[in-house]
Amino acid sequence: MDSAVLRIENFSASFGELTVLKDINLSLSRNTLTAIMGPSGCGKTTLIRCINRMHELISNAKVSGKILLDDQDIYNTDPIIVRRQIGMVFQRPNPFPTMSIYDNVIAGYNLNGIKLNKEEMDRTVEQSLGKAALWEEVKDALHRKGTFLSGGQQQRLCIARALAMHPEILLLDEPTSALDPKSTAHIEELVSHLKTTVTIIQVTHNIAQAARVSDFTAFLYLGELVEFGPTGKMFTGPKDKRTEEYLTGKFG
Amino acid sequence: MKGMAEISIHRRIWADKLFKTLIIVLSLCSLVPMFLILFMITKNGISVINWEFLTQLPKPVGETGGGIANAIMGTLWLIVLAFLFSVPLGIFAGIFLSEYRGGKLAYLTRLSIEILQGIPSIVIGIIAYVWVVMPMGSFSALSGGVALGIMMLPVIVMATEETLKLVPDSLREASLALGVSYPRTIMKVILPAGLSGIISGILLGVARVAGETAPLLFTAFGSPFMNQNILKPINSLPLTIFNYATSPYPDWHTLAWGASFVLIVFVLGLNLITKWVTKKWTVQF
Amino acid sequence: MNHTIADVAVPTARSKITLQYKWGVSEASFRRILYLAGLSLLILLVAIFFSLVVASLPALRQFGFGFLTGKIWDPVRGEFGALAFLVGTLMSSFMALIISMVFSLPVSIFLGEYFRHGKASTFLKSAIELLAGIPSVIYGFWGLFLLVPLVRALEMKLGVAPQGVGIFTSSLVLAVMIIPYASSIGTEVISLVPSDLKEAALSLGATRFEVIRKVILPYASSGIFAGILLALGRALGETMAVTMVIGNSNFLPQSIFSPGNTMASVIANEFTEATGSLYLASLIELALVLFIVTMIINVLGKLIIHKMSARK
Repeated sequence: MDSAVLRIENFSASFGELTVLKDINLSLSRNTLTAIMGPSGCGKTTLIRCINRMHELISNAKVSGKILLDDQDIYNTDPIIVRRQIGMVFQRPNPFPTMSIYDNVIAGYNLNGIKLNKEEMDRTVEQSLGKAALWEEVKDALHRKGTFLSGGQQQRLCIARALAMHPEILLLDEPTSALDPKSTAHIEELVSHLKTTVTIIQVTHNIAQAARVSDFTAFLYLGELVEFGPTGKMFTGPKDKRTEEYLTGKFG
Repeated sequence: MKGMAEISIHRRIWADKLFKTLIIVLSLCSLVPMFLILFMITKNGISVINWEFLTQLPKPVGETGGGIANAIMGTLWLIVLAFLFSVPLGIFAGIFLSEYRGGKLAYLTRLSIEILQGIPSIVIGIIAYVWVVMPMGSFSALSGGVALGIMMLPVIVMATEETLKLVPDSLREASLALGVSYPRTIMKVILPAGLSGIISGILLGVARVAGETAPLLFTAFGSPFMNQNILKPINSLPLTIFNYATSPYPDWHTLAWGASFVLIVFVLGLNLITKWVTKKWTVQF
Repeated sequence: MNHTIADVAVPTARSKITLQYKWGVSEASFRRILYLAGLSLLILLVAIFFSLVVASLPALRQFGFGFLTGKIWDPVRGEFGALAFLVGTLMSSFMALIISMVFSLPVSIFLGEYFRHGKASTFLKSAIELLAGIPSVIYGFWGLFLLVPLVRALEMKLGVAPQGVGIFTSSLVLAVMIIPYASSIGTEVISLVPSDLKEAALSLGATRFEVIRKVILPYASSGIFAGILLALGRALGETMAVTMVIGNSNFLPQSIFSPGNTMASVIANEFTEATGSLYLASLIELALVLFIVTMIINVLGKLIIHKMSARK
């Protein structure tokens, strides 16, 4: 039985006068991969940034409604705790340039002053890099700086860094849009394995990618959740006309 | 008609070539003083440098020999004091300016820094006199350190601000998304990423104040003794050079050349090290 | 894709994440510290101004504006008029500016137009930077031992009293010292002149000289002017090099070869020997004047530069 790990209820978000998300209702099951797609400006990035409260970094951001992680209202919790339970990988790989690969992976612990002993650190690093399909490639170079890796490897490093925190949910914001096709394929494969151990929400502007990797798909248009459902069903028989038009490329 | 046009073009081309030559000549001429200075200092100063010169205290007038050990020590002490007064405050003010791009206080702070930078060093010396020497009742290394610290402050603030502005936002986001608090993000992610620029700023600031004389004339004041007590007057290389060079004794003039050599090597050496630091340590994003 | 270790979720590590939330410095306190750091700079500047005013009050009250027009500076009699120093400052600074321009403008054109990249450019740039890095006491020392004899020889040829030291000598040293300041901004604005303007002129058959004269320099004029202002600000406040070669006379200079004093150099000379609060206050009032004048000039110069970059 799938339990809902994330529930979004009547959620709206605005920046100043501009309303970016209107009354979103969404419920996500554990250990699934949900793709969020839609044309530019539909609010998909804003949505996931609201989930880990990163949108608050912009000064005039306001929200209403609820987002519940495991039945816990994340807007009633310290955002720092929320962000430790929800990991994020960004569009452009951003490993910490002053740190080695090893230190990048456990950065979430080091920077937060959480003390791990050497064994815990080594195990976390190896596990996380393993889950991110990067261990074999870097295991002999763990103390080199992260910025010496290729784009695809850097992104996998960022995934490992997020995974090291054992998050409930992993948010991926168009993680492959800055990468070449080979790296993209690598990451798609890795993500489809990962979803069995962590719930993933992936924003993508690439419809084919959404079809390939996701279990569920949400289609956002102009800030509204137009349609949400199992990927296979939605792609073969979309219920809303706008979904159909987007999928067939009438706008994008 | 055609003849006239040709002459005119010839003249213009000739003027063009002459102008370029003039520009090159004048530009190179502007370097002549610098080469002269370096040449004179090296020629007159290098023969003075020996172990005794660097490790001994100055001798009274009439006695030959003696050295600038107390001046070197004093300069180092003053640098340390200036560092303590300016670096922590300067870095935090620089962080403030790079985090708050707009806003009234940021604007006024930036303006203050620009004005502070332009204040003549002798005026800063007077301020240190009024704030430290007068209450203390005596000259001291401390007051000299305060004066030099005030002079170093704008350099540090501006270097910090400029460097941190270049750190991309993506780093900040990566850190915050891991649940790292804002203070830790700044101090443990952003600041380290900008470290090379900040260190360059510090080195340049030190190079600048190491050569300053005017603000020390009535603060550190100078002293013929070796002094480790910051509440007492202290000597420095520039002060020594000034005193010896303007004295009527040729012996002392020679010492001044030696001291100048040491000072120039120190200052120019710092500048070179700064360039090297900037190249080697700049973080690639 | 191999991950060899079964996902034994490191339980201790995981639980530490939420349980061990160390409350370090809170965001609010940290921001307050930043704010205070910024504020303290503003306070520092204001405090400097107030201290100067308060410390020069005895002189301000005694002399009022007559301070700046008084010709006599006689500490013994308690008469403090700063006109001689104002004149000395203006004479040496403006002469230095003019002499320096003869060299700094060509440097700006050299680096901004003719040799923007490459070895020549790096060479000149580094050399100019070196020039700026030489401490002022060393300039003074060099001036004392090289320029003073030269000027003395010149004065003998001209039939003027061959003292060697004087306002003219100080303006020579100053001129060299401000070359880097006058040329740096000039270089930048000249190099930023849009190339389509230059190309338009060139394609009409103008020579490079004409392009510089008629297109580049007019366009860059306000930037060059800003550089001059900043160089002026630097010259006005320069103390050590001037003190060592200006001759230290408190009388109104009669010619450019007269010995004299600038506001900065008289402070350097007499401060440690000043007895009596009026004497001290008068010297501090000179510092106050220096402060205000250099502040105005620097702000003006920076304003022009900001306006120019805003224009782009």
